[in-house]
Amino acid sequence: MQNILEAKDLKKVFYKNRVPFEAVDGVSFHIGKGECLGLAGESGCGKSTIAKIITRLIMPEEGSVRLDGKVQMVFQTPQDSFDPRRTLGDGIMEGMRNQGMGKKQAKERACEMLDLVELDRKFFYRYPHEASGGECQRAAIARALAVEPQLLICDEATSALDVTVQAQIAALLKRLQKEGGMSLLLISHDLALVQYLCSRVLIMHQGRIIEEGTPDEVIQDPREPYTRLLVESVL
Amino acid sequence: MAGRKRKAGRAAGYKLLIFGILTLCVILIAVFAPYLTPYDPYAQDLSNALQPPGPDHLLGTDRYGRDMLSRVIMGSRTTIFSALLLVAIITLAGGAVGIVCGYYGGKLDSFLMRVSDVFLAFPGMVFAIAAASVLNRGVLNAVIALACISWPRYARITRSQVLAVKDAPYIMAARLSGSGTWKIIRKHIIPNIAGQVIVTAVLDIGTMIMEISGLSFLGLGAAPPTAEWGSMMSNGRSMLQTAPWVILSPGCAIFLTVMVFNLTGDTVRDFLDPRYRGKRRRE
Ligand SMILES: Nc1ncnc2c1ncn2[C@@H]1O[C@H](COP(=O)(O)OP(=O)(O)OP(=O)(O)O)[C@@H](O)[C@H]1O
Ligand SMILES: [Mg+2]
Repeated sequence: MQNILEAKDLKKVFYKNRVPFEAVDGVSFHIGKGECLGLAGESGCGKSTIAKIITRLIMPEEGSVRLDGKVQMVFQTPQDSFDPRRTLGDGIMEGMRNQGMGKKQAKERACEMLDLVELDRKFFYRYPHEASGGECQRAAIARALAVEPQLLICDEATSALDVTVQAQIAALLKRLQKEGGMSLLLISHDLALVQYLCSRVLIMHQGRIIEEGTPDEVIQDPREPYTRLLVESVL
Repeated sequence: MAGRKRKAGRAAGYKLLIFGILTLCVILIAVFAPYLTPYDPYAQDLSNALQPPGPDHLLGTDRYGRDMLSRVIMGSRTTIFSALLLVAIITLAGGAVGIVCGYYGGKLDSFLMRVSDVFLAFPGMVFAIAAASVLNRGVLNAVIALACISWPRYARITRSQVLAVKDAPYIMAARLSGSGTWKIIRKHIIPNIAGQVIVTAVLDIGTMIMEISGLSFLGLGAAPPTAEWGSMMSNGRSMLQTAPWVILSPGCAIFLTVMVFNLTGDTVRDFLDPRYRGKRRRE
């Protein structure tokens, strides 16, 4: 299997009151074509930072990312990831318009994407503050999928959704991954979701990857004491 | 709770309408000044000098026999237009500097902010007086002098606003959508910071009217015989006891105009207050 993403020795230092703090400390991993990789770990361990490095929204101090294709991300705070002064539809169309798609065509496709995530088409004209967190989250998924990325990063993509919608989205992601050959990086502390979607999972702790394996292995037989703690606390 | 907020939002809307109309009236008077004056504001008639207010001359005449009402109306043009021009210049110039500094940061930011510190460290009016007296006498030069000392404040306000929004997730999302820097500034940053800057600008129009008339009062702004409120007051200051209308007419004009612009600025601020904004849209 070919890799869509190879990350080597990523390192990111943030300064908190001029004290350096290594949010990501020598992380290497790869994602295969069509693979779904899970990334789990406690709050503040550097998961979102890795996602931002991969999408080139922030520059790592060290390390390299080789990416083979388009990447899109569903942000951890979906409501804030839409411009408060523009409609959700504008946000969904922005990427397509930047790729040179005509307005009419982009709008048509945006509406199809809303159908796909089972959001009413009237949300096209809504502002972010007029939609709930879960609705924004689905709009964000629609925005990410609209430009047909080869790799989709979901940063806690289902956290604001209730269980039924969560299951729908999970099923949708699984289908897209199976049928469209899309690769997925799923950041989540919902280990059940990781187990359902992912073929491999990385466990992070304080900026490092401490464990890797299939979800079943990691959950049923954690090697590291920290992973055991995580599994016990979540399940 | 929601009802009270909605009511507050609507009250702000009505107030905005009223003050908006008043402001519009003031601006229209300035625009159509030449057609509104009952007499030629520059025609001297020494036999009619220093007439007190009466049916012929509603606000009296000055020492050259010029009709005060006509001069006040004509003066609104000079004073208000130059204040608007001044505010437009400093908003655009300061705003542009602020956006560049806030968005790009780095050495350019440090350099431009030190420059603006230097300007902010001067006592403003003193600098304006010095600059205006070096330049030739004229309203436009007074505007330039005041613009020199006023842009840094706008640069600071804009910069801090840009810093507050530039790392917001929606800016990151726009970058991930492939939007370039210019597009992000134009479509996402400017619309989100414009409100605050506009409120500052509207609130400043009154202050700028005062400063321009101030410079003219000191003989550094409009050159005679141009009708300008500050220089008209200056002409009348020796006759405060014998012919008070000469100084009081332009004085009241300044007072009323500044008040209208300040109240409008306050109302715009109330109207754009985020506490009301969301609620109004949701209705
Ligand atoms: N821009 C920043 N400046 C300074 N510190 C930051 C910045 N972004 C993140 N950090 C710090 O880096 C660490 C990792 O942050 P990150 O957002 O990657 O955590 P996370 O694993 O996504 O956590 P969560 O599960 O809560 O989302 C945190 O301690 C955070 O405080
Ligand atoms: Mg995170």
